[in-house]
Amino acid sequence: MRAFSQLLDGLVYTRSRNGKLDLIASYMRSAPDPDRGWALAALTGNLDLKAVKASTIAEMTRARVDPVLFEMSRDYVGDLAETVSLLWPKPVDQPSEIDDGSLTLSAMVDRLHATSRAAAPATLARMMDHLDASGRFALLKLATGGLRVGISARLAKAGFAQGFNLDVDEVEECWHALAPPYTALFAWAEGKSPRPDPAGTPFFRPFMLAHPLEAESVDLNHYAAEWKWDGIRIQIVGTPGETRLYSRAGDDITGSFPDIAQAFRHHAVLDGELLVKGEFQGGQNHGGAAASFNALQQRLGRKAVTAKMMDDYPAFVRLYDILLDADEDLRALPWEQRRTRLETTVPLLDPQRFDISALIEASDFETLADIRAGARDAAIEGVMLKRRDSPYVAGRKAALWYKWKRDPLTADCVMMYAQRGHGKRSSFYSDYTFGCWTEEGELLPVGKAYSGFTDEELKWLDRFVRGNTVNRFGPVREVEKSLVLEVAFDSIHESKRHKSGLAMRFPRIARIRCDKPVHEADTVEGLRRLVI
Amino acid sequence: MPHWIEPHPTGIYVRPANAWIDPSVPQERALVTHGHADHARGGHGHVWATEETLAIMALRYGTASGTAVPYGEEIRMNGVTISYVPAGHVLGSAQIVLSHAGERVVVTGDYKRRPDPSCKAFEPVPCDIFVTEATFGLPVFRHPDTGSEVDRLLAALHANPYRCVLVGAYALGKAQRLICELRARGHHDPIHIHGALERMCALYQQFGVDLGDLRLATGLPAKEMRGRIVVSPPSALNDRWSRRLPDPITAMASGWMRVRQRARQRNVELPLVISDHADWDELTDTIREVAPSETWITHGREEALLHWCMTHQFHARALALVGREDEDEG
Repeated sequence: MRAFSQLLDGLVYTRSRNGKLDLIASYMRSAPDPDRGWALAALTGNLDLKAVKASTIAEMTRARVDPVLFEMSRDYVGDLAETVSLLWPKPVDQPSEIDDGSLTLSAMVDRLHATSRAAAPATLARMMDHLDASGRFALLKLATGGLRVGISARLAKAGFAQGFNLDVDEVEECWHALAPPYTALFAWAEGKSPRPDPAGTPFFRPFMLAHPLEAESVDLNHYAAEWKWDGIRIQIVGTPGETRLYSRAGDDITGSFPDIAQAFRHHAVLDGELLVKGEFQGGQNHGGAAASFNALQQRLGRKAVTAKMMDDYPAFVRLYDILLDADEDLRALPWEQRRTRLETTVPLLDPQRFDISALIEASDFETLADIRAGARDAAIEGVMLKRRDSPYVAGRKAALWYKWKRDPLTADCVMMYAQRGHGKRSSFYSDYTFGCWTEEGELLPVGKAYSGFTDEELKWLDRFVRGNTVNRFGPVREVEKSLVLEVAFDSIHESKRHKSGLAMRFPRIARIRCDKPVHEADTVEGLRRLVI
Repeated sequence: MPHWIEPHPTGIYVRPANAWIDPSVPQERALVTHGHADHARGGHGHVWATEETLAIMALRYGTASGTAVPYGEEIRMNGVTISYVPAGHVLGSAQIVLSHAGERVVVTGDYKRRPDPSCKAFEPVPCDIFVTEATFGLPVFRHPDTGSEVDRLLAALHANPYRCVLVGAYALGKAQRLICELRARGHHDPIHIHGALERMCALYQQFGVDLGDLRLATGLPAKEMRGRIVVSPPSALNDRWSRRLPDPITAMASGWMRVRQRARQRNVELPLVISDHADWDELTDTIREVAPSETWITHGREEALLHWCMTHQFHARALALVGREDEDEG
């Protein structure tokens, strides 16, 4: 466990990407099987130990630590796993703050896999007693599956690839044919066996992404335009045996959308936008009715989905691109040719669940700008510009695809509550709830934002919160209603989640308006008029 | 609570002696526990403190009227007997022990219990009222063994012969202690110091603390600084000043380094948990040891220590003193 806990510590403190890659590469080369496979699973977010939830850790801790001191510590440190790793009191007969070396990473994974939810707190506690603070941190992070040490799955794979002089894209291609602890992968990496063959099993291909458009205009002879739909990007991988759905990060989300997966009976890999059907938006102009992102949110992040959910929020996919037609890889073809192939494929699919993202016809860029400005559909985020000869390549490649988002809306709101952030920001009050005025002169919360400001502005906001606190509710501080924040957001919708009945899409702090008196902030009624 | 000693936001007032302990605003008569700026302010009429603390104050604020009180010696002020007992925090740091009307009050200032080669060790004094700090008053703060932290520093230094290790350490106390600890672990190479540490290190040496071969970090080519330890105040760590150093490994010696995100916020690559304050176990063990009938908590994470006292049958209250530094000191 020490090698792994030191790797995690190193990843936390190392600033440079190359430094992190070196750490991962050297660990992957030197750690034994199957420890390193479990470590790779944890770093890529593929280790799911269902017995351990945050509540398990809290329960285990309260059995040994004064609950009040525990809560105070947690409020101070911010991160649950770190809090518990630091304050864990070992029994008097255990060597204090020393990892006694008796617990290997794979033994730990085996025990957690074998334990029941009821026995989990005791199992975990016994393991905690053998570790030092770093080891306890690693154990708790692993056990809950969310490492949050500032590295992405992609970086972990790149580190692994570097350790064995492999191409990371090659690793990516066979990745989804594998399962933890990846013994076949390590055997291939060390030249002991051939590359694991992903054929026959559905697996994820890295998405092609777009740069924000910064140029004044582009030549529409070279670029095709289509709407940028505000759903979630999805890859449909259909094989003769089964169909799987992947999110942008390569997570398998088939379980959340069985309606889509079951309706897709085709041997192909398609790229599209997952949306929920709406009643009134979009209409025929844009190619079919899609509801706002708000409706889609009802379906996201659910491991099990009920028939009612599927009825109330019927999902469909608006298709952008085709990567593979049966076993034929189309990714090297120019976009125009892939588009033709897509247009012949879509009519073969269930029209209730799949349609094609329509192209926008515009004679020149100015016309396109007018069309974009006139689009008031809630499900449209902006316009995509795709080079007509672009191959389908992983990641963001310059000058191939551009996203041209709609200008954000703004409102002047009053800061009401603040909460400490997580991770790097755990000592800053960086999450702000803000409100607008009702007709009765009351402030009602309309949203929450934790981005948009610079580091300097964050320091200023943090000082403001600390100096203007009027009430504390656990980690939340209520502040003097004296600061106006200009909030930018992509769109606003009706929502039952907030008392104001409104919910913003992607709100962020655009400006701190120290100059503006609070009574001049916007009203809830004014915001409601922006609902589309 | 006795009527002769009063906590105020600006310090603790000893009524019969007409004197303030560690006042945060200028007072005619001040009793000062130690030389850190949040306890020792300039501008007082007359100061009673240890000889070392007076020297530190003179260095910072220029000479002022002061009476040196040797450790263990008793002075009297209008019926109050006062003595200064080592607090183990920094050079010259003292707990102020006051006796009056059959009651004894101990004001710790800042203190720690573990060994420190640069100052005298804390001596527990049984008392009726114990006025304690609580900088690290949360059970997440358990400082590891100092020797093993210093060894980590030396290991990083030896593993990177083309780099240097730049350690941020508070200018009064932590910097000198760290240098002493390095010497005690057999590191006798020259240690380079930031200009802001020069006079304080010289003062320690005048009082007989051996810091070995110290050199200023300024004016040397980067090449000559490879493989060297450089000590600077924490504020200089990510400053332009450090850019001339050869690819420094940024370290920081502080009790706050126990919390990962604290280290990350400062862009520290090598966090060293070395503190001049009592950790949670030291705080609670000390309260048990001096067994006061009442504990007053001056500054830090007072809520948690207050809760601990209540659940362990120690009567306690939190004083809200202004101006006590906290966030970046250590």
